[in-house]
Amino acid sequence: MTDAVPKSRLPLWQAAWVIARRDFVSILFSRYFIFFLLGPLFPLVVGTLAAGIGQRVQDATTQNDVAVAMAPADVDAMLRAHDELVPMLGPNLPHLVALKRLSPGETFDPKAALSGRKGDIAAVVTGTPAHPVLTATAERAGQWQGAIALIAANAMAKTNPAYPVVETASVTTSGASERVGRVHTAQASLTLMFIVTVFLTGMVMSTLIEEKANKIIEILAAAIPMDAVFFGKLFAMFLVSMVGIAVWVTAIAGLIGFAGLNPTVLGGFDVHNLPTPGVGWPLYLGLAVVYFTMNYLIIGSVFLTIGSIAATVREVQTLSMPATMAQIVVFFVATLALADPGGPMELAAIAFPLSSPYAMLARAAVQESLWPHLPAIGWQALWVVLFIRGGASLFRKRVMKSGPQPAKRKGPFRRAVAQGAPDPV
Amino acid sequence: MLAFTRAVYRRPVDAALGQAEINRNLARPLAVEARGLVKRFDGTLAVAGIDLEVPEGAIYGVLGPNGAGKTTTLRMLLGIIEPDEGVRRVLGHERPQDVARLIGYLPEERGLYPSMKAYEAIAFMGALRGLPLEEGRERGRALLEAQDLGYAAQRHIRQLSKGMAQQVQLLGTLVHEPKLVILDEPFAGLDAINQGKLEQLIRALAAKGTTVIFSTHVIAHAERLCENVAIIAGGKVPYAGSVEVARDRIPPQVRLETREGDGPWRAALPADARHEGAFWYFPLPESGIEPLLRALIEGEAGILSLSIERAGLHDAFVAIAGTAAARALEQESPVEGQR
Repeated sequence: MTDAVPKSRLPLWQAAWVIARRDFVSILFSRYFIFFLLGPLFPLVVGTLAAGIGQRVQDATTQNDVAVAMAPADVDAMLRAHDELVPMLGPNLPHLVALKRLSPGETFDPKAALSGRKGDIAAVVTGTPAHPVLTATAERAGQWQGAIALIAANAMAKTNPAYPVVETASVTTSGASERVGRVHTAQASLTLMFIVTVFLTGMVMSTLIEEKANKIIEILAAAIPMDAVFFGKLFAMFLVSMVGIAVWVTAIAGLIGFAGLNPTVLGGFDVHNLPTPGVGWPLYLGLAVVYFTMNYLIIGSVFLTIGSIAATVREVQTLSMPATMAQIVVFFVATLALADPGGPMELAAIAFPLSSPYAMLARAAVQESLWPHLPAIGWQALWVVLFIRGGASLFRKRVMKSGPQPAKRKGPFRRAVAQGAPDPV
Repeated sequence: MLAFTRAVYRRPVDAALGQAEINRNLARPLAVEARGLVKRFDGTLAVAGIDLEVPEGAIYGVLGPNGAGKTTTLRMLLGIIEPDEGVRRVLGHERPQDVARLIGYLPEERGLYPSMKAYEAIAFMGALRGLPLEEGRERGRALLEAQDLGYAAQRHIRQLSKGMAQQVQLLGTLVHEPKLVILDEPFAGLDAINQGKLEQLIRALAAKGTTVIFSTHVIAHAERLCENVAIIAGGKVPYAGSVEVARDRIPPQVRLETREGDGPWRAALPADARHEGAFWYFPLPESGIEPLLRALIEGEAGILSLSIERAGLHDAFVAIAGTAAARALEQESPVEGQR
């Protein structure tokens, strides 16, 4: 072989490409890709079902009646007044029912009626329309006091009050609704980014488990830098995610184009009137891609490090649970930071590498300033490199051992890991 | 700080070594050279200062029981792990990574992606060493054909037997035509037929000028294949050099069978002669066999049989590494390598 032929190992990016190509093809033509494609449907379906069930349960449990126990004429007047007000106030009025039409001189104990806990009666109105007495729990009494006063006032009126007609003039947004809309955009983006990242990092770690289970890792470590293995795996899964997103976008576009699905009601909201993010839609989408990439690379590299330094597949699985929990906590912290723009919580979320992409994406949704994104992206990129380098270094130090191992100190954490079943590898 | 001062193999001249062999070795540059390699894991000394010199084109055996430090030594030579102390030079470079494309490595723990086809697995391993994927595929098919495994080229690894998968991995180790091949326990898990095929393959590689280093705990393989070995025990190398020299460290053993159980002839036997069954065993006296024969005949021993056996590598191993290491070796492989 002549000196012109390269002899040294593959450069980092070339080696990473070899790994990425293998992983990409392997995942794309495996059944796991089908699960990956369908993955986003699971939380949607579960969320929709849970929301539907929750609503029905809530409806069933919160449809309480306010009962009227007055003289017959007063009961009728109260019910009539209620019916007249319903078209204007709708759900803001409690449901009014007649409980008892009292004979002259007859007394009625509303507390006794409520303590009987029969039917859906949550409150009882006694007395007269001029002096109504509302008996209910303190919470309900405070909630319905005004409404009962309004109904009673209408019941006392000899003729229907002439309510003026209020003309309306619509605007698409206002300062307040814009702010709320941007927060909703941020929350939706963060949630989507979190779900996709959880899926991807889980899968990227499973590919490392595959390597451990198949004992290929030493062949890779002998031939190419471990950093390249990490980068390659992350890149492959990123490509897989891009394919997945492309499939989803194509499917949705197909539904709109061919099946005639109305885009204005897509997902239950009007896509034409989405609130514009702080940095504008084009930049926001670009930043979303960048922050998603950074988030995936940072969290993926942490997961890969965990996967690579664990001695057994069992350990990988054991350690991935607290890592996922930590990921959820980071997501909550970043979401919470939305309520504290410019405050210590947001700054801390931006500075902490694991929550930084979430916090910055949220910031892009609600705030106009662009310059903070540049240092933030640099900061996150630095941590990506540090995590990957650190993970590769840990792998070489801790994993590539052979021969007799020294007795390990058994701390409580080590004991917890060691108590798992024997390594299936 | 250790440093290399020699570029060629200069083994100490041994009286028992043929001058022709010495001259041949002196002329061969070193493929691998290591000085004082030390490796500790969490404070435990795994390798305690190993020196190695592997001439180019040699078949070099690294012998020792499990846990002796063979795999750690090979991993340090490959750059998978860095030594805590000492220096190494592989194919003329102190960083093995600088010649990674010229090295093929078969680790002790065999592994391939089960979902890959056999020829793809070979191509992938070549790609890791810089071989273009398409060329790797072509070579993969050709190598499988040459090993009478052409029919398995399109099969997934999970469909292959363990022995076949092991052969596929070995071909993946060789697909980029490395100048140095390092095999960690390559015979482990192979049946006798495949062990023989592997021995042939190793000889063929060496005939083409490829340097082959393999670790084994089966002395028979090293004895059949190697001209040079390193014996590793307890993380150290008590001996590294020619197999012939190792064997010649022990004088030939005499086995004597006599008709008479006792008589004046007994005085002719060395003091350390031992009697086992019908035979006497003792090292050949420095004066040679003729004076002994004369004394036995004159002493009317009634010689039924007498043989002089040259010491094997196993005897040399026992003498060099100690009986404890030899016993560990025997316990690991009581039948392996006995073809």
